[in-house]
Amino acid sequence: MIRLEQLCKTYHLGGESVHALDHMDLAIAAGDYLSVIGPSGSGKSTLLNMLGLLDTPDSGEYWLEEQQVSLLNEEQRAALRNQRIGFVFQAYHLIDRLNARENIELPLVLNGTPPKLRRPLIDELLQRLGLEKHALHLPHQLSGGQRQRVAIARAVIRKPALLLADEPTGNLDSHSSNEVIELLEELNGEGITLLVVTHDPKIGERAHRRLWMQDGRLTGENLDAESREGRTGRKDRKGSDDAQR
Amino acid sequence: MRSADLLSFNLRLLTRQWFRTLMILLATAVGVAAVLLLTGLGEGARRFVLEEFSLLGQDTLIMLPGRKETTGGLPPLTGEGSRDITLADVAALERLSSISLAAPLIAGNAQVVYAGRNREVMTLGTSARFFEIRELTLKQGRSLPLIPLERAEAVCLIGPKAKADLFGSAQALGQWLRIGERRFRVIGIIEDRGQSLGMDVSDQLIIPVASAQQIFNVQGMFRVFLKVRPGSSMQQARSEIIDLMQKRHGGERDVTLITQDALLGAFDDILKLLTLSVGAIAAISLVVAGILIMNITLISVSQRTAEIGLLKALGASSKDIRLLFLSEAMLLALLGALIGIGSGYALLWLGHSLWPQFPVSVPLWALLGALSIALGVAALFAWLPASRAARLPPVEALHGEVGHA
Ligand SMILES: Nc1ncnc2c1ncn2[C@@H]1O[C@H](COP(=O)(O)OP(=O)(O)O)[C@@H](O)[C@H]1O
Ligand SMILES: [Mg+2]
Repeated sequence: MIRLEQLCKTYHLGGESVHALDHMDLAIAAGDYLSVIGPSGSGKSTLLNMLGLLDTPDSGEYWLEEQQVSLLNEEQRAALRNQRIGFVFQAYHLIDRLNARENIELPLVLNGTPPKLRRPLIDELLQRLGLEKHALHLPHQLSGGQRQRVAIARAVIRKPALLLADEPTGNLDSHSSNEVIELLEELNGEGITLLVVTHDPKIGERAHRRLWMQDGRLTGENLDAESREGRTGRKDRKGSDDAQR
Repeated sequence: MRSADLLSFNLRLLTRQWFRTLMILLATAVGVAAVLLLTGLGEGARRFVLEEFSLLGQDTLIMLPGRKETTGGLPPLTGEGSRDITLADVAALERLSSISLAAPLIAGNAQVVYAGRNREVMTLGTSARFFEIRELTLKQGRSLPLIPLERAEAVCLIGPKAKADLFGSAQALGQWLRIGERRFRVIGIIEDRGQSLGMDVSDQLIIPVASAQQIFNVQGMFRVFLKVRPGSSMQQARSEIIDLMQKRHGGERDVTLITQDALLGAFDDILKLLTLSVGAIAAISLVVAGILIMNITLISVSQRTAEIGLLKALGASSKDIRLLFLSEAMLLALLGALIGIGSGYALLWLGHSLWPQFPVSVPLWALLGALSIALGVAALFAWLPASRAARLPPVEALHGEVGHA
């Protein structure tokens, strides 16, 4: 689904150049559950933003679903973000004047979906995430965990193929963290490709495929046994995951 | 993005920042209202002047005693130091081939008495021709008789206002009233048609010119109205008149001829200046509104950096973002302009009800102009900040300001 070849991104800060991504090679299969673990400043967010078409590399190639991303223009990339990619951020990034329902609705509003078609999609998702009671609440009336769930609902309302989460639990207590991670894993269980960026090894360990990052390079990779065997029987594997814990 | 969504998204923003919204609405509304008010008044003044003087008609000349150059300044309203224009002059003028009608005029305030009521009334001495030239119509009775100019008949016509003053609701036609030391019988009542040439016919008395000569004890005419015969040119009539008067006054060129064009020409400069200042003031006030919109949009862009980044992450293209900020500014300008149009018309209407004789009407070009300048200025001034927002790289925007929610 995703292939990176020799991807580079360098930032220049006051005469000093920082290699946020240093000749990165990476392939991700559809339906994977990956985590990227590394200390702060190691380039995790940069990688995630590249994958999410929010940033452009200095050099190297990126194929997303067999499309060479560097050949796309700004509008095509925006459309791709809207259709295929969902983002979850550490700071939620909800619009504070819009209520939960309206925040979730945004991707549909942006792509011009008529209100009649939006309504059932949102109702279904609100119910599924247990947010019906909070549909009309503004972000400041919600707890951190609830906000992040609203953000996740917004990320998946368009049923994207790829869900990118940058420190999704960074602002949450351990209970809410668990809830949010479990929700993300549940969505992954339904076939969405999930990439979680974190500096917290405990969160990272839960992924089936774990990447360690340092100074813009991948320094290590860990694969669960089942994952190595093949990517069929996802349901079963999830069951065995739970058993392990 | 659908336009309905765009509208509700923007309205949400505008109502949330109501103070900011109010200020822009105010600025735009004031600008637009100023355009409407000033052009409305300017146009009113222009119409007022035109209505006043077009009563003369394109083919009418006014002759005044005394020689004044008509170029520069208004023509003299009173003659001085020159030979009188006599009734014989008027008769001779009417015999000119290029002149169809000539009406003498003597005017003055006279003491008018009826049944113990005493009024000072502007009294015009003239002939039946005057009614033709000025196109006066009668409500009741008949016009001045067609008699030789020298005959002082004791008849008068009365304007409706003067009639109300003197007679109240009583019958005036056929009654005798006293003007100065003489008695006159009312033979007609003039139709009211408002102000004209600064003289309110409705408040006047009209008597035969010879009678006026006696009452006011003058010989010379105050003015002579001359109507050019159809088919004759103004130029030809003018030179014939001048030649005739020169011959009759012993070679002296001691009369002044004015035409509607000359009169209107004198006002033209004033009106042009008025229109110019209207345009300038309106333009300035709308440009001020535009600068305010630009500043507000710039602030809005920098405050909403994170939101821009987010919207881009959710699939908004640069074009969408630019549209978002442009439409917000345009919506403000449109609402402000509508408020301005509403209040501008309300003020003009108020003015008109206070001074009904002053015509106020906003020319269509001013209405459309104000609206399109307001929208154009908003688009122009919001373009820069909107493009800045559109160009923001999504990553940096997302990190630019971490929202508290
Ligand atoms: N917009 C930027 N300008 C300059 N330097 C940047 C920018 N974004 C990231 N960096 C630098 O690139 C490196 C990687 O950053 P980032 O990907 O955010 O790390 P992480 O998410 O792992 O903490 C850091 O050294 C950071 O300072
Ligand atoms: Mg980071």
